[in-house]
Amino acid sequence: MKKHWYDYLWIAEIVYFSLGLFNILFAWLGLISMALPLGFAVFGGNKAYCNRYCGRGQLFSLLGGRLGLSRRAVPPDFLRSRAFRLGFLAFFGVMFGLMLRGTWQVFSGARDLKAAVTLLWTFRVPWGWAWHGGAPLWAAQFAFGLYSIMLTSTVLGLFTMAMFRPRSWCVYCPMGTLTQLICRAKAHDAGSEPQKTFYRTGGNHS
Amino acid sequence: MSVANKKAARVPKYDCVSCGACVKVCPMGAIAVYRGVYAFVDRERCVGCGRCAAECPAGIIVVEAVEAAEEGKP
Repeated sequence: MKKHWYDYLWIAEIVYFSLGLFNILFAWLGLISMALPLGFAVFGGNKAYCNRYCGRGQLFSLLGGRLGLSRRAVPPDFLRSRAFRLGFLAFFGVMFGLMLRGTWQVFSGARDLKAAVTLLWTFRVPWGWAWHGGAPLWAAQFAFGLYSIMLTSTVLGLFTMAMFRPRSWCVYCPMGTLTQLICRAKAHDAGSEPQKTFYRTGGNHS
Repeated sequence: MSVANKKAARVPKYDCVSCGACVKVCPMGAIAVYRGVYAFVDRERCVGCGRCAAECPAGIIVVEAVEAAEEGKP
């Protein structure tokens, strides 16, 4: 199968986390992986980011698929249930909001910079790279928060990659859930559906 | 392949997370994602190899026999 430039975006994912080791301000680049899928969904009505450009999904495919680090087991039903996906989206939304609140508190002088990357919002990672290049403290605070979110979601994704299918993260990825909701709303407005999905088969109908 | 033996993949659209993993591995280019909502299979082009089912992170894709009626046969 012919390779395209976007098939190598998994490298960008590794570069992103590597750059954050040297200067936390590079964490700001993580906003791209939030803005692009939203842009595709809102303006294009599609999930082209998930389908084609997601470096994280590619990385999981590579590690779990080609390198064999996945059990390739079917994930439990609850993982793809609407309740879990929406709940996880809400949870991540709340955590993102708290991160923004912390940024605002540092900006307004109500709180000092908390120069730490936390995993699963609880555990401080055991290495310190607090250098933030003389940037405004609020910008550094946002970077620490965003890097923590990106690292946490990647670790969760690696865990489910190992336990289940390589791209199990995609099943409950908050951005994937959010963009699918947007696309569903836009498709509902658009009307017609592909007819070939509705062929009658020997099994249950979808 | 005779119609009686033909198999094809099917994606339950309400469970699909539209990640597109199946699209990438389909050797026949028989799968597409409909408006970012769910993947659907062109069952005429599908050869029922099952690669999409093995790759689907949600594990929802089924490969099943295609009824003769679907093919427009009596």
